[in-house]
Amino acid sequence: MPGFDFSNYNRNAALHARGVPLPKATSTGTTIVGCIYDNGVVIAADTRATSGPIVADKNCEKLHYISPKIWCAGAGTAADTEFTTALISSNVELHSLSTGRDPRVITCMTMLKQHLFRYQGHIGAYLVVAGADPTGVSLFTVHAHGSTDKLPYVTMGSGSLAAMSVFETMWRPNLDREGAVALCSEAIKAGIFNDLGSGSNVDVCVISKDKPTELLRNYMRPNERGHKERNYRFPKGTTAWLNQKIISKEDMKNYVTIENLSGSDELATGEKMEVDS
Amino acid sequence: MIGHGTTGMLGEDGIHVDMNHLKSGEVKNLDVSERRLFGLLSHSQQPLTSTSMAINFKDGVILGADSRTTTGAYIANRVTDKLTQVHDTIWCCRSGSAADTQAVADIVSYHLNMYGVTNNESPTTQVAASLFQELCYENKNQLSAGIIIAGYDPRHGGQVYSIPLGGSLHKQSFAIGGSGSTYIYGYTDAHWRENMTEQEGIDFVRSALQEAIKWDGSSGGVIRLVVLTKRGAVRHLYLPDNGYTGPGATN
Repeated sequence: MPGFDFSNYNRNAALHARGVPLPKATSTGTTIVGCIYDNGVVIAADTRATSGPIVADKNCEKLHYISPKIWCAGAGTAADTEFTTALISSNVELHSLSTGRDPRVITCMTMLKQHLFRYQGHIGAYLVVAGADPTGVSLFTVHAHGSTDKLPYVTMGSGSLAAMSVFETMWRPNLDREGAVALCSEAIKAGIFNDLGSGSNVDVCVISKDKPTELLRNYMRPNERGHKERNYRFPKGTTAWLNQKIISKEDMKNYVTIENLSGSDELATGEKMEVDS
Repeated sequence: MIGHGTTGMLGEDGIHVDMNHLKSGEVKNLDVSERRLFGLLSHSQQPLTSTSMAINFKDGVILGADSRTTTGAYIANRVTDKLTQVHDTIWCCRSGSAADTQAVADIVSYHLNMYGVTNNESPTTQVAASLFQELCYENKNQLSAGIIIAGYDPRHGGQVYSIPLGGSLHKQSFAIGGSGSTYIYGYTDAHWRENMTEQEGIDFVRSALQEAIKWDGSSGGVIRLVVLTKRGAVRHLYLPDNGYTGPGATN
């Protein structure tokens, strides 16, 4: 039977009651945003991935492909956003092939929400879904429990408060492409600088009605590592030494067995991969 | 290992997951926010929606709701549309978990659509309400959904049904629901009149929701109305800063 197995739940609850700490879920502190403009939609994300207090990846990709003109920005559990978007992307393509039509954003959003609702929030995927289709331009948020919202500008993740404050002060109706890209990247920067869970670079994806989608990877790099003013490497011979002792191979044989391998060919055969030719 | 389909509960260890704990919500008719307060809902960080109401008037029904959706202390959406169409002139007000109520409304919407196509006749409001009740009652342990159904059909005119937490179904002349509704039981009771005109009905719903928004922290934003008559559905939108004359008014 497919799906999650909850048979260990009660065991874990009992262990927890006896003082065993529950394992922490790996989740990404994240800032992701989206904004509609007059002829398309822009989504953007930061590039920091964390596991607990550790920065796991300084330049990860949080913008996920669904179809050529539908993209997702993901927050929450990294693995869940990755696999959920990959699954829906696959199903959207099959659906598009069987209907012979371009996929619609609302179809993708419905598939996502029904998938996430079925798992009652155990799949920790928080997504911004954006895209252009024959019905027009759309922008949605999908929460892990399966609720959705439709808005002209959206933010999600731990940096959503910082990003939303930028949208609430700078957003105006009828933005053009450049205005929307600038606004989204400014919102992500607010997340990068004011939220501990977000950081590093800004990724932007521009989806428009009449032009191919542009993925602007590392559109901004506000945290470039500056080169060091000085070289801290010590020159050879810095450490003083008082005496030296050279141990030969013969001396080593007193302590360990040394076997010399004849040719390098024999060694290599074991590591060779069998390939049909 | 416990096999599939078994609801495993520990006995000897003294740890026992009381699966019937939600029934307290049913008996006392607790609101979603109260159930969260008592720790009865496991997911405290999921989007929730608050005040909504529906009334009968002379020519049909009026549905009204605020527009606030919250996750904890954060407003996830300040312009939410909680008035959801499930058929041409059958609508519902959603309150409680956003995910649960959206899922239920989507399923009902699908069934009513099928009903309309197969029978070549629009479903009555009662049919819609029964579908909602079926889902809310059979899944009462999984759901936190308070739904008000209001619709107009030529045979019965306007009708209002309410389905609170336990999944019971009540036909009422008007219904209020959500966390903000507790603040307006007195107000609605004192000001309610049968057979109001459309304008009187709109004013009644507006002023009641204004009161709920004023007192309830979980309610706010704009006020959305839908008027359902034989002429179909008409939407109204009222912005929060219109017509305020109390202390601190700037214009």
